[in-house]
Amino acid sequence: MMNSTITNCTIHILLALVMPPLLLGIIGKTKAKFAGRVGAPFLQPYHDIIRLLQKGSVFSTTTSWVFRAGPIVALATTAVAALLVPFGAHHSPISFNGDMILYAYLFALGRFFTMAAALDTGSSFEGMGSAREATFSCLAEPTLFFALITLSRLSGSYSLSGMLVNINLSVWIHTSAALLLLVGGMFIVLLAENCRIPFDDPNTHLELTMIHEVMVLDHSGPALGIIQYAAALKLFVLGAFFVHLALPYSTGNPLLDWGLFIISMLELAVVIGVVESVMARLRLIRIPQLLVAATILAAFSTLLVIR
Amino acid sequence: MYSALQGVLDPAIVALVASLVIGCAGIPGLFLRKPGPGQILAAVANILAAMAGIPASLQLLFNKTTTTYLLQWNLPFGPCELVIDPLSAFFLLPVFLVSAAGSLFAVGYWPAAEHRDTERGLTFFYGLLASSMAILLMARNGVFFIMVWEIMALSAYFLLVTEHEREEVRRAGIVYLIATHTGTAALFVYFSLLAAQTGSFMLPASGSLSALSPLASLIALAAFIGFGAKAGIMPLHVWLPSAHANAPSHVSAVMSGVMLKMGLYGIFRTLTFFYDPPLLWGGVLTVAGILSALLGIAFAVAQRDLKRLLACSSIENIGIITTGLGVALLGVSSHNNVLMYLGMAGALLHILNHSFFKPLLFLGSGAIIHAAGTREMNLMGGLGKGMPRTALLFLVGSVAICGIPPSNGFVSEFLLYLGFFSQLKANSLVYLVCLAPVLALVGGLAVIAFSKLYSSVFLGTPRSPGAAHPHEAGVAMLAPMAFFALLCLLVGVAPQLALRLVSPAVASFYPQSASSLLSSEYGDILGRLSLLGVLLLTTAVVVTLFWRWRLGKGTVSSASTWGCGYQRGTSRIQYGATSFSELAVSVFNGIMRQRIVRPTLTGLFPPVERCSDVPTETLLERIFAPFFALAGILFGFLHRLQHGLMHIYMLYIFATLFILMLWAH
Repeated sequence: MMNSTITNCTIHILLALVMPPLLLGIIGKTKAKFAGRVGAPFLQPYHDIIRLLQKGSVFSTTTSWVFRAGPIVALATTAVAALLVPFGAHHSPISFNGDMILYAYLFALGRFFTMAAALDTGSSFEGMGSAREATFSCLAEPTLFFALITLSRLSGSYSLSGMLVNINLSVWIHTSAALLLLVGGMFIVLLAENCRIPFDDPNTHLELTMIHEVMVLDHSGPALGIIQYAAALKLFVLGAFFVHLALPYSTGNPLLDWGLFIISMLELAVVIGVVESVMARLRLIRIPQLLVAATILAAFSTLLVIR
Repeated sequence: MYSALQGVLDPAIVALVASLVIGCAGIPGLFLRKPGPGQILAAVANILAAMAGIPASLQLLFNKTTTTYLLQWNLPFGPCELVIDPLSAFFLLPVFLVSAAGSLFAVGYWPAAEHRDTERGLTFFYGLLASSMAILLMARNGVFFIMVWEIMALSAYFLLVTEHEREEVRRAGIVYLIATHTGTAALFVYFSLLAAQTGSFMLPASGSLSALSPLASLIALAAFIGFGAKAGIMPLHVWLPSAHANAPSHVSAVMSGVMLKMGLYGIFRTLTFFYDPPLLWGGVLTVAGILSALLGIAFAVAQRDLKRLLACSSIENIGIITTGLGVALLGVSSHNNVLMYLGMAGALLHILNHSFFKPLLFLGSGAIIHAAGTREMNLMGGLGKGMPRTALLFLVGSVAICGIPPSNGFVSEFLLYLGFFSQLKANSLVYLVCLAPVLALVGGLAVIAFSKLYSSVFLGTPRSPGAAHPHEAGVAMLAPMAFFALLCLLVGVAPQLALRLVSPAVASFYPQSASSLLSSEYGDILGRLSLLGVLLLTTAVVVTLFWRWRLGKGTVSSASTWGCGYQRGTSRIQYGATSFSELAVSVFNGIMRQRIVRPTLTGLFPPVERCSDVPTETLLERIFAPFFALAGILFGFLHRLQHGLMHIYMLYIFATLFILMLWAH
């Protein structure tokens, strides 16, 4: 028992450390296939991050230590959040009553410092990006909480592991309406929080239209590498949460479950890639409307389970 | 530390004497001709009194015994008792802490040498305000309570109008005076009704009244209006933003950090009287609280005046505390110990937390105003380079007030969230959980408000010549801020200790909720939180070390900010405070209102035009101001009675007394 816990923790931490950039590679490959291109190799994001870590840095003369703290806090908070989310059918390494609230607020800490770092440069582009990030993530916050309420009610548990691992096919069959609404709402939040199309386009070359990418314009070298890795990790962590809702399979065999989790994450990356290929970026004015719609979807699911 | 005091002195006496010393601290300065020594003497006396008073209050908090003192006053209102029970002792902590820190700050912020005319009055009334608040917490006679309450309200008024040569300050003073006296009028009703119910002016003992008696609802309503106006619960908050913005910063710190809590104390105290509060009371408090929190922080997002933003966020925090109290009350009504415990612990801990980070931010705003010479955030920028220490301390306060881990603000909100979620398994009060997303939205808005505040003040480049050459604040100003910042981090990293501090006050409130099982259960959870806080800090250190290692391997150079190829930008094109929140304001249009004057551009070469966004206060301007204007017209005839002739005024008093006595006969 003790041994299996240690094994699971090790696999959990290893996966969180190694796997996130792969998702970006798969998203890129999917988009390339849709566009009829060969695309960059699956492992390209790893090469990018390693190369960035080896480069020199340029700091703007306007900036102070706050600018340097941005990437560090962003990575540290996401890494701690990664320890709270269960991967697949396995409980997370750290779990206690109320950890879901810490999970939600850790991202707020990372966001606060990322925005402050962006504003530290004194560039109006970066100011624009952080103003958007602040507003949109504030609108996404209630959705996550409605989702947590629904899951907590369904499982009777107050910890992320308890409420997410509880979701299985029989729960789906009994409360399919509520969970379907939740999947819709959380997918929107997943895309918005990770700056994917239709909210934000990480690959655009026009700074005026960006949200997250424009905030990190002035970071260079290792700092940019850390930021890219933290962004991939955030996608992985929020994706792991989403995969529990959308693909609630488990076999009962620990090792098979790990394999299943990895496959589910890869499927998710493909789905995100497909969404990015078939959709255009929304007009900025439409984004709040879609986020509020996601909140209402999640609120409906809450209503269905607590009536 | 306090064990040494034990046996030597009665802690209640120590607390009482400390309160009186603070009240008298400003008096010597009134008679000293040379400016300066009086102020330093007052600060020293205040700090010494706090150093005696805080251990004494802690001892009273943990002792669970209450000491009663009787004041011989020969007035026909019954005996005048002074009692310090754990609830009073708990509220005494912020009084001593914030007043001492503020008095030290004043030495650097409002130096007597530069403010010869105003410093004496300021120091005197500052001591009087702090002292009256401490005595208020001990008062158990309704009439004595009202007297001390008025001393508190009036000394706050005199502090507020320190810079009375400015029109804006006088206006804020008048609004405050009207608001506080409207509240006092409600308190007259409150104490009269209480006296009618119990037959004496003594405040009833805990759990001695029934909420089902016909007068009970009226008593609760009067308390809600009277104390709520002082606390700034919506819609009774209208006086708060302008009052806190226009007072000197250390006074704002005391007003926001402590004086608002006196209103809350009144509500807490009133609720202890009743053993069977109906669900409706808890419901009203919860709804009023969460609305205050949401609207308060929404107003804060729209502000461009540094101190107004902080004042609006006080409304938010008072709202969060009131929500917690409402939840606890719902727990009492439905005999649910978990709800009672979590609501009350969250509310009390947030009171303590708010009295750490809000004074920190208000004192910081004083240092900023010194450096930049303005309160307008759109004119600041880049202050972090000239005043790095203030910037760091202010950052701690900003993170704490947003309720983000690992700071103290998160801990109290965490307890409230646990309270909201705790009813999910049960089938009663399950809709309480819908408060959680609202509180999350409040947290998100707080992040907007405070990243706007912090970044437009400290980051980027200066947006006006006035902010271009900031100077770091002196030791007298930095020391109190550093002290509060340390407390914020301490409670954030070791929340289980703070919970232990709050527990006796929770127990004194509703003894049945204080089962050791509950407090040890939630102590454990907070222990986990503390471990994760340490883990977070460790991770941050590891990432920093890794980054520094990589940084050492590559070349490091500096250049100007990448402006997408455009190198001619001025500091005016930076995103300022108003532009940062513009998107949020447009999304939440309806809650936040701005009076926007957009330029009308005509022709191919339009002339110079101006554009302005001014946040408006709908409630004050649309509802209260017209109402009071109407009242002014209706009661115009009373003007004739007000002529400034002292002997005629004395005649009024005599005539009123005579008529009343005749009537009583």
